[in-house]
Amino acid sequence: MTENQAKARTDIETARGRYLVRRSSRRSGVTLGALAVAGAALAAVPLVLSTYATEQLTELFILAILAAMWNALAGYGGLISIGQQAFVGAGAYATILLVQRGTPPYLAIAIAALAAGALALPISLLVLRLRGGQFAIGTWVVAEVLALLVALDHGVGGGTGVSLTGLNVHAPADRQAYTYWMTLGFGALLLGLAFALLRSPAGAALQAIRDDEQAAASLGVRVDTGKLLLFVLAAFGCGAAGALTLANTLFIQPRSIFGVQWTAYMIFMVLVGGLGTFEGPLVGAVVFFAIQHWFADLGTWYLIGLGATAVGFALLAPRGAWGWIVQRWHVQLFPVGYRLVARDDAPRDAADPR
Amino acid sequence: MIWVSVVIQGVLLGAVYALFACGLSLMFGVMRIINLAHGDLAVIGAYLVWVVADRAHVSPFVALVAVLPVMLIAGYALHVALIGRSLRGGPLTPLLTTFGLGIVIQNALQEVFSPDVRSLGAAAGPIATWSWRISDALAISWLGIVILAVAVVVLGGLELFLRWTAPGREMRATAQDPDAAELVGIDARAVYARATAIAIATSGLAGAFLAIRSTFEPGSGPTQLIFGFEAVVIGGFGSLWGTLLGGIVLGVAQTIGGHLDPQWALLAGHLVFLAVLASPRGRTLAARTVQP
Repeated sequence: MTENQAKARTDIETARGRYLVRRSSRRSGVTLGALAVAGAALAAVPLVLSTYATEQLTELFILAILAAMWNALAGYGGLISIGQQAFVGAGAYATILLVQRGTPPYLAIAIAALAAGALALPISLLVLRLRGGQFAIGTWVVAEVLALLVALDHGVGGGTGVSLTGLNVHAPADRQAYTYWMTLGFGALLLGLAFALLRSPAGAALQAIRDDEQAAASLGVRVDTGKLLLFVLAAFGCGAAGALTLANTLFIQPRSIFGVQWTAYMIFMVLVGGLGTFEGPLVGAVVFFAIQHWFADLGTWYLIGLGATAVGFALLAPRGAWGWIVQRWHVQLFPVGYRLVARDDAPRDAADPR
Repeated sequence: MIWVSVVIQGVLLGAVYALFACGLSLMFGVMRIINLAHGDLAVIGAYLVWVVADRAHVSPFVALVAVLPVMLIAGYALHVALIGRSLRGGPLTPLLTTFGLGIVIQNALQEVFSPDVRSLGAAAGPIATWSWRISDALAISWLGIVILAVAVVVLGGLELFLRWTAPGREMRATAQDPDAAELVGIDARAVYARATAIAIATSGLAGAFLAIRSTFEPGSGPTQLIFGFEAVVIGGFGSLWGTLLGGIVLGVAQTIGGHLDPQWALLAGHLVFLAVLASPRGRTLAARTVQP
């Protein structure tokens, strides 16, 4: 806790005398322990389960990364992007380019994710000028431009697609295990980065921007820096997801890796799980993964269902499933916000903080 | 001479984009939202025209006259059912709901009409193929002239409607400040619904012309949404005349790019859009308050 935060805390205590401002609760402490156990258990998966199960879990973690990144943009930055597939595709194609030049594939994936994050810098100069719906379509155009440029380049297969070579030195089971561990590692790193960013003073500023950009700017919040940080983080995460998708499927085409369906999936996961909640997108990813598993065979009806469900959640339950859980049981596993807690020695007539 | 021809084709193509952009520009101007299902609603218009023309054995132009009132009513209903409710959820909700709606529409159309690529060009008869030959290298299609004339009439008429009529003034007043407009007795929700209805009807018009002049399929919507949006931005969010100009600039950029290499057609249009964003003018675009 910094000096300022400590001072803020004492100020509030003396002013109100009834409440404490808390970040974490005992539950979130327990979460930290549970996370360590869960992390160890997840890391052991390739040693215990089949190659197929490992591949499926890799896919689930990639979805969770995508959902968390889209939520970071929309839920905390108020930036609805329809063009995150630009970075998914950039991550995948950067991996191809690096491997073609002799970089070991797994190292190439890590560099490609960073490259996607770096690509966000010039792009942000263009699209972060835009607001709301303008930003949404502006990012979409950027994704289309990247897809067209890649389709023109026959060195990476043009429009027909390209395979990732160089991973066949490993036995299939080993390769799947390495990809899985790398995905797990990226997932943990990205969630950690998002958590750290939201807990930092910049995170409070970001949430202020989301709630009212003009009010935040008038209080001296540096609106542009926060948005840029989120945009770069989300690009890095989506780039990693694209590169890992390539490692998981070994083949990509510009039309699908730069396809807007990535954004449709992200929006679905985040809306169902809970926009603007840290845990929600992870819940949404699991829900989406299950739905995809059971209903994807239905084709158009499956997609109609996804679209209609997203509309329903946006209108009727904007905080999603996790928002409902929080409202009902007051749990917060990852404490990124602040809570008011009634002091035990406060007068009993004190208003209930809820 | 070939370049004159390329530019003229671009202007005629741009008229279609201006028609797509018209509804987007109106809704953004009045409600500050972008309807991400705009292109998909236009494709619904194209399919409706196709169904009417096919069942009643009439020209698509006659069918269009029957379809436009339907689109108008559908737009009003869509506003009451979805867009109006979304507006109450904050500035981000309309984006999420209209994006979801777009996915529903694309897949529902695919379920009903199959993913086949269609065209209304053959059904439209000779007007779709007639052209005015000026020289060997230069021929201007009648259909293109008709679409350009319709675009000028629709965008210009809407501009005059907003400027000179009582409902138009109500719409401008609501766009400036919905609360203040309500204080002087304007029903802002009804004004919003009327704006959406007009926007959806113009999108249906654009969709039908797209279908007559080239091809359409259930997934055609998003591309047209992007072109329409690019036209609005290039035109500078200023007025509907600006939108018409923006559509024409986009069309000319695409035909020039496409003439150099067919693969560059779309890219050239996108690059002009990005160049406008990158220009010093682009910096002020988003902040500009819109006067429809």
